[in-house]
Amino acid sequence: MSEVLDIEQFLHTERLPHIWCPGCGNGIVTGAFLRAVLDLGLVREKTVVVGGIGCSSRAVGYIDLGTVHSIHGRALAFATGIKMARPDFTVVVLTGDGDGAAIGGNHFIHACRRNIDITCILFNNQTYGMTGGQVSPTMDPGDRGTTAPYGSIEPSFDLCRLAEAAGASFVARGIAANIRPLERLIKQGIQHKGFSFIEAVVPCPTEYGKRNPPAGVIAMLDDTKARSISVTAAAKMTPDELRDKIVTGILYEDDEAPEFQSAYAAIVERAQAGAAEAPARPKQPAAPRKPRKTAPERPPARNGEAADASGLPLEGGE
Amino acid sequence: MAETHAGPIAVTGNEAVAEAMRQINPDVVCAYPITPQTEVVQLYAQMVADGAVDTEFVTVESEHSAMSAAIGAAAGGARTMTATSSQGFALMWELLYVAASYRLPIVMTTVNRALSGPINIHCDHSDTMGGRDSGWLQIYGENHQQAYDNCLQSVRIAEHMDVRTPVMHMYDGYVISGAIGPLVILQDEKVRDFIGPFKAINPMLDVEHPVTVGPFDGLHGWYFEHKVAQNRAMDRSFKVIQDVADEFAEITGRHYGLLEPYRLDDAEIAIVVIGSTAGTTRMVVDKLRARGVKAGMVRVRVFRPFPHEAYAKALEHVKVVGVMDRADSFGAQGGPLFLEIRAALYDSDPRPQVLPFVYGLGGRDIFPDNIEQAFAVLEETARSGKRATSERRYLNLRKD
Ligand SMILES: Cc1ncc(C[n+]2csc(CCOP(=O)(O)OP(=O)(O)O)c2C)c(N)n1
Ligand code: SF4
Ligand SMILES: [Mg+2]
Repeated sequence: MSEVLDIEQFLHTERLPHIWCPGCGNGIVTGAFLRAVLDLGLVREKTVVVGGIGCSSRAVGYIDLGTVHSIHGRALAFATGIKMARPDFTVVVLTGDGDGAAIGGNHFIHACRRNIDITCILFNNQTYGMTGGQVSPTMDPGDRGTTAPYGSIEPSFDLCRLAEAAGASFVARGIAANIRPLERLIKQGIQHKGFSFIEAVVPCPTEYGKRNPPAGVIAMLDDTKARSISVTAAAKMTPDELRDKIVTGILYEDDEAPEFQSAYAAIVERAQAGAAEAPARPKQPAAPRKPRKTAPERPPARNGEAADASGLPLEGGE
Repeated sequence: MAETHAGPIAVTGNEAVAEAMRQINPDVVCAYPITPQTEVVQLYAQMVADGAVDTEFVTVESEHSAMSAAIGAAAGGARTMTATSSQGFALMWELLYVAASYRLPIVMTTVNRALSGPINIHCDHSDTMGGRDSGWLQIYGENHQQAYDNCLQSVRIAEHMDVRTPVMHMYDGYVISGAIGPLVILQDEKVRDFIGPFKAINPMLDVEHPVTVGPFDGLHGWYFEHKVAQNRAMDRSFKVIQDVADEFAEITGRHYGLLEPYRLDDAEIAIVVIGSTAGTTRMVVDKLRARGVKAGMVRVRVFRPFPHEAYAKALEHVKVVGVMDRADSFGAQGGPLFLEIRAALYDSDPRPQVLPFVYGLGGRDIFPDNIEQAFAVLEETARSGKRATSERRYLNLRKD
């Protein structure tokens, strides 16, 4: 209870009630994020939260930290500018599967590639909730949306695999149905230096749930819980057993990967030191970029051979 | 929706347009959802899924992709349509120019909504006003019936050989898009006959005759001439728009012009207005007329090309003209419509005074009272015979 009161300091309580539907998972993830902020002792003066557009991105409207309610798909681009201007700030992006992976998909892969020290929490409800339940790039084939009334025929993204492949150095997945582990993942993501991607699987009972089984919020939460499985457990399972499972925990982590802002500061320093002595046009080409530290050999989590990188307790399926 | 209706049915503006699209049955529709356009696309997606149309429906991942895909489809030789609003329209911006310069007869429904920021989902015209120089034809509707009628006519206009330029038609977000109003629907065969078959020009899918679309032909190339050709098509489109409207009147009894004057012949003061606010303005005009005030109005239908000569003719006898802009052109002398009207009247002798009014940004309500206030300014200016300042006058702006 006191925790609830504590996170209230980071909420624009005067803007409540929020717009989210009863049973929507967005509030759970927002709460988890704010508790992470509280636990990490982040201060308002040095914390910026950027949202795009969508029900999920709308969370920034209720958060009393430095916030930007940007435009659809561009939250990561806004955040990149903020982080470059103020490397000392903690910059967090709250986005949705439509905002972050459809219209903003390009910014997403490039933010991962740069490994810029931003934490991106993507609320994955597998649809465009705000505009009424259209097919999103994370909607599973066969699921129904208003733009696919008889089922989507498009394959979907596994955003964690995408993030890892694109260069993010911290990749994790949690579910709204299992709050504490999600909160821990968010905390670890914020602490990690480099691009941290946290996929939060959230129920959208209104737009997704009314067209796709199981019906009802509780059933939806139970379903994700039943299907979720930790990376540790997943590692011991066959691909067949892993079908339809939601693998949770830290899926990938590389603490050594060069972070963009630090690399930038380093090159500025080198250029300025060099400028004093060296001729305007150096004869020697600049030192080649340090090669990216290759990720540990690890087949994708979906194949069920994921290494246990999380050290977290089992999150689901219990 | 049933196929034919003798009398009017009650629909939302978006339903009216989805129905028009069903009857047009284009080859390709590519779109991304955005409030308040979403319903159009959603209803259409259902029709596609149900096999009610033969359209290839592409659920792209942004409006930038929507317009890109529309350009690809149209260049390939398909009758192509799309729809958007606000930020989606803004995101299409660079492609708008490309579509127009490729001379592709794409038809786009744009449901008017304010642009960010701060974020706002309600009606104003700042989205499409931002595309006024893109080379598209722009036709604004006032109500549900016009949304439907303009959609059908846009296809004919865009595809006319004298024009061959994309057309966007607009109606007000929420006020028309989401509210229910009366609509008379044509029979499917009548629409089919009116629209006619699609004729592709130099389609890329004609593999026997390969073409290159949009190449760079160098500093000393034909870019300049190409632009002039686009503008010539704009000039020719005045007649085409009117001819198509006249033909449409023959089958529907509903008459359209480039602009729509109301009680203007003997008017001393008049308001020029776009979109659904025309309905409210007409009501105010009637009220003032009943009081003996010689008030009139013009509703803007075609904004691009801008029929400046027709406006000069319609308004030159008026003493004071008030122009109501539901968009602003920051730092300019007034809103986009004001600039057009004032320029159109420059050669008139005597020259009417033209005063700028800005209203309804971000969906701010516009009440009959507000329009009466505008008329009162015009009346006072006309009575005094003096030049009024041409500063913007804001209607229903909060004071505190
Ligand atoms: C350029 C642009 N296109 C479309 C929209 C309309 N729009 C608002 S939110 C949204 C989808 C949001 O989906 P997601 O990010 O998954 O958020 P959710 O509502 O599901 O949480 C869309 C298409 C917009 N605001 N801007
Ligand atoms: S539509 Fe879905 S995502 Fe949006 S508030 Fe409702 S439940 Fe949440
Ligand atoms: Mg979503």
